[in-house]
Amino acid sequence: MTQLTPELEKKLTTAVDRMPAFPRSVQKVLELTRNINCLPKELVGVLEKDPVMTMKILKVINSAYYSMPNKITSVNQSVVYLGINTVKNLALSFAAVGILPKVNTAGFDIQRYLVHSLATATVARHLCTKSGSDEIDAGDCYVAGLLHDFGKVVFAQFMAPEFREALELRDKMPLHEAERQIIGVDHGVAGAMLAKRWQFPEALVQCIRDHHRSDVESTLMMDCVRLADQICRKVYLSSEERQQDWKAQKPIVARFGDNLEAIVASLGDFDKIVAEAVVFVQVESNT
Amino acid sequence: MKIRFWGVRGSIPSPGPKTVRYGGNTTCIEVRSDDGELIILDAGSGIFPLAQTLLKELPVKANVFITHTHWDHIHGLPFFIPFFIPGNSVRIHGAYDVISSQGIEQIMDVQMQYSYFPIREAELKARIEYQTLEIGEVVTIGDATVTNTLLNHPVIDFGYRVDCKGKSMFFTGDHEPWFNIYDEGDEGYAEYQTMVDEKQQQMDEVVRGVDVLIMDCSYTAAEYPAKKGWGHSTFDYAIALARRAGVKKLVCTHHEPTRSDDELEQVFAEACLRCKPLPGDPEILLSREGMELDL
Repeated sequence: MTQLTPELEKKLTTAVDRMPAFPRSVQKVLELTRNINCLPKELVGVLEKDPVMTMKILKVINSAYYSMPNKITSVNQSVVYLGINTVKNLALSFAAVGILPKVNTAGFDIQRYLVHSLATATVARHLCTKSGSDEIDAGDCYVAGLLHDFGKVVFAQFMAPEFREALELRDKMPLHEAERQIIGVDHGVAGAMLAKRWQFPEALVQCIRDHHRSDVESTLMMDCVRLADQICRKVYLSSEERQQDWKAQKPIVARFGDNLEAIVASLGDFDKIVAEAVVFVQVESNT
Repeated sequence: MKIRFWGVRGSIPSPGPKTVRYGGNTTCIEVRSDDGELIILDAGSGIFPLAQTLLKELPVKANVFITHTHWDHIHGLPFFIPFFIPGNSVRIHGAYDVISSQGIEQIMDVQMQYSYFPIREAELKARIEYQTLEIGEVVTIGDATVTNTLLNHPVIDFGYRVDCKGKSMFFTGDHEPWFNIYDEGDEGYAEYQTMVDEKQQQMDEVVRGVDVLIMDCSYTAAEYPAKKGWGHSTFDYAIALARRAGVKKLVCTHHEPTRSDDELEQVFAEACLRCKPLPGDPEILLSREGMELDL
């Protein structure tokens, strides 16, 4: 099944408004906005690292209330259109919803999810730049990478028992297959349904929906996200272990060559990318 | 088309001996189409003296367009006398507010709460309608059209362009030039600058060739750095924009409330001098309460 039932769709759509953001960004938003002269770029730096805040901002700005002539794809672009004060107040309203609990009943590791999403976003942006194509914007690839697994965090928060069951099957099959079996759709379909409902750009919707499907024709954006996803899959391993892991695999997309290790090496300092993502997650766990 | 200024002051009404010549009322501009359709841009305290004159032409059919919901652009609305007279109709237009999740109707709801105003909206006798506008939505009012464009202010602000039988005017409401939030050398600088330039270009296109551009010119270039992010423009930015867009007449408005008439004339003269008059320049003037432009 690749379609959600209407009941499930309704449940997930209404759920996201009540969806809390990540502890670090909530804490930073509250801290930054206490100062009337907070730097817009610092606020953007926080918002664009949080998949929940990013998703909610894009939801608002692409909504039918404004009928933007062009679809808005990044937090920065939202700031240009809505103004920093409006984005700041939006962020505060999202912060007021609460924070994602560190432990959820689904047994889903929310911190590992965030590190993976952030690293995937950064790597996808690098890959896009590396491709040299002006077909798409590197910033769009960043957002696609950040949001590609958004469905997982929605499942964990609002369909915990089912998602737990799927997670428990992970040793026997890939998670997205387990989700299809237990929930009926994988996290890609769930995330894409939300993105579509909120009128995100079609390329972004497709990318979220199909990142685990080998039977659909790939786009540059999807290639970037799928390869970044592969590179960042075991982001929690040590540097040496990651090297071994890449050595043992072939890239799942052909566009960037057939040596995964070499592709990663060409991206610059991967350890730094991971370290930056971890910092974003770690600071909150100290508070 | 005729334009009459009823309020030209920014932020708060500023009556007194020092503002007698230009006026102390907050923003309100009356626009009349050739066929006499009434369009009111913003409802600052200037809408009250305007309302007095409308009592001579009952029943009133007014089309109010709110640029944004800050007090100085809406606080005259509860005193718009035609609301209290049966047979009148008033249609209020404006943007959707993402923070309160409400349409333009909230400007009456909020101001007419029991603690702040003695009369409830339900007790008003005129027919009142609200139209929350999408970005770029065109509203036709008899022989005129009103087109909005999203500008830059701490709250959603629509600039309005009014077209009527080949004549046109544009009013910014409150607007600050888009600026780059990154510093040169930051990773996001170039990308952000591209977006800033695109937005400015979009605005230039909407304003292009209008007969009259009425623009927020709250600050001087020297004052601006300390007020960056407050949502207002400078004389210099307005003059540059008017030149680029081939505007025929630029009217500088939203005068800073602490500025006396003398000071206002002085900073205006300095700005005009600084921008060095060029051949083919638009005519540039200060808005003044009671000033009328006949296009």
